[in-house]
Amino acid sequence: MKPGRKKQNPYLIAGMAMTGSAAGLGLLGAFWTPFGTTAMSAAERFQAPSLRHLFGTDNFGRDLFSRVMQGMGTTICISLLVVLFSAFFGILLGALTGYFGGVFDEAVMRVIDAVNGFPSILLALVMISLLGNGRQNLILSLGIVFTPSYVRIVRSEYVKLRDADYIMRARLMGVGKLRILFVHILPNVLPVLGVSLVIGLNNAILAESGMSYLGIGVQPPDASLGNMLSDAQGFLQSAPWYALIPGLAIVWIVLGFSLFGEGLRRLGE
Amino acid sequence: MRYLGKKLITLIMTLFLVSAAVFLAFQIIPGDVVTSILGTEATPEMEAKLREELGLTEPPVKQYFHWIGGILRGDLGVSYRYSRNMNEMMPVAELIGDKLPVTLWLAAFSFVLILLISLPLGVIWAKSANPALDAVLGVLTQASMAIPSFFLGILVTYLFGIVLHFFVPGGYVSYEKDFPAFLGYLFFPALSVAIPKIAMTARFLRNSMLTQMGADYVRTAYGKGCTRRRVMYGHVLRNALMPVVTFLGMIVAEIVAGSIVIEQVFGLPGIGRLLVSSVNNRDFPVVEILILYITFVVILVYFLVDILYRVIDPRISEK
Repeated sequence: MKPGRKKQNPYLIAGMAMTGSAAGLGLLGAFWTPFGTTAMSAAERFQAPSLRHLFGTDNFGRDLFSRVMQGMGTTICISLLVVLFSAFFGILLGALTGYFGGVFDEAVMRVIDAVNGFPSILLALVMISLLGNGRQNLILSLGIVFTPSYVRIVRSEYVKLRDADYIMRARLMGVGKLRILFVHILPNVLPVLGVSLVIGLNNAILAESGMSYLGIGVQPPDASLGNMLSDAQGFLQSAPWYALIPGLAIVWIVLGFSLFGEGLRRLGE
Repeated sequence: MRYLGKKLITLIMTLFLVSAAVFLAFQIIPGDVVTSILGTEATPEMEAKLREELGLTEPPVKQYFHWIGGILRGDLGVSYRYSRNMNEMMPVAELIGDKLPVTLWLAAFSFVLILLISLPLGVIWAKSANPALDAVLGVLTQASMAIPSFFLGILVTYLFGIVLHFFVPGGYVSYEKDFPAFLGYLFFPALSVAIPKIAMTARFLRNSMLTQMGADYVRTAYGKGCTRRRVMYGHVLRNALMPVVTFLGMIVAEIVAGSIVIEQVFGLPGIGRLLVSSVNNRDFPVVEILILYITFVVILVYFLVDILYRVIDPRISEK
């Protein structure tokens, strides 16, 4: 390769374009939608996609484009909060267990091994049944369910770095433990963490839409891509676009994030 | 044999711990069960009577042993939401009884589909030097992993049910009434559960085989004059299958989770749908039993995979 020329990274570009468009639409949807997201219109039920209603209308005559905008925003926002929650506790627990080791480390890791053996949707269902339905509880449950994977990643990095030369020196110079943990080591963990954050976001989106589909996450009349799909299912024969469009929106976001993650990974190499 | 005994003890210990954890978790949840069953209008006498009936007046440790003892004797407790008639609450065992086979058949059917399709696909993919096939399979498997299972189920319903008329959506036939028709209806749900797992397994097997194909023993085998066929199936595939077995064991847990969602899509009356509705209704005795049951299945599968691993790879037991 010629010096000075950047290596092409189509994954990153495609991923950014896809996630960017979804996040942009979602963000816009929080402030403005072409039609009201809960505005019903009996005269316009089951309209096929047209210029007036880009994605058509649903069984209540609500504009699907507006609802998809709102749904994308809800889904992305919940997933972001889930990832922030689990990454925060993952970093905290991973740093402590990885750096100090000992009985605490052993205990935490055994619990995490046990939790990791189970499908995440099942764990989330258990958490929801303990906490009750609703948006905050959904974020909390999914956050707890996804925490172990971050603990594991962060911990292994801390185990690798705790005996590195520069850490030894910092210790000899009398740098405090907290400072070593979060100022000296943490920045070196971030590149590895970055990729797993994107993958985690992907899993969170799948989990959120799955839970909402099952009627356990975001409750109607609020739009979420998952609950739109479950409403639409009964009308698959008469109004196929009603189910296909929210579904494709989920695929769009998930595919976008996985391309984005792959792009980031290649960037790091 | 000693190994087996040790594993078996761990298995029982784990189950015991999980049951205690589940029980404890449902003890500390806020909200009174009695009020939620009777409503706020009930008199204190009525509440006291129900509390007595459900055994809630005893200390928690005693309640736990009562509960676990009941399970071991086949008494799974009563549901808080469903009732058999006006005066009797529905026993959980009865509630689960006819739903369990549906889920088990669905899971078994999906697993068979995964094995039948992914293994040959992975081998063909690894052996092929055709870049077009490689690209097509790469895109297909990537795409099928990005589609959430419930949407995949809806797509399958739309394509095979509504456009192609291969089956009638919602036309579920009970296994007690007509078993072949039941299996026939189960084919498309099972396929929906299986497709993403097929993609994962085929990818995994292909990568595993490609790694093995570069190993020294392969060169030696060719050097001894083995045919390509013999090297592939006798040497490479056997070694490449090791990690795949572990992977398939993990997939069983995912299949169970996948069927929870797919049952909802296809309207199958299995334990997945019961679990979702019980979570929504906060019907704790049912949720507890279902979780315990699924845990049991998952742990048992891991146990079996462990043993299977030793059978395929004698090197492990020598260590």
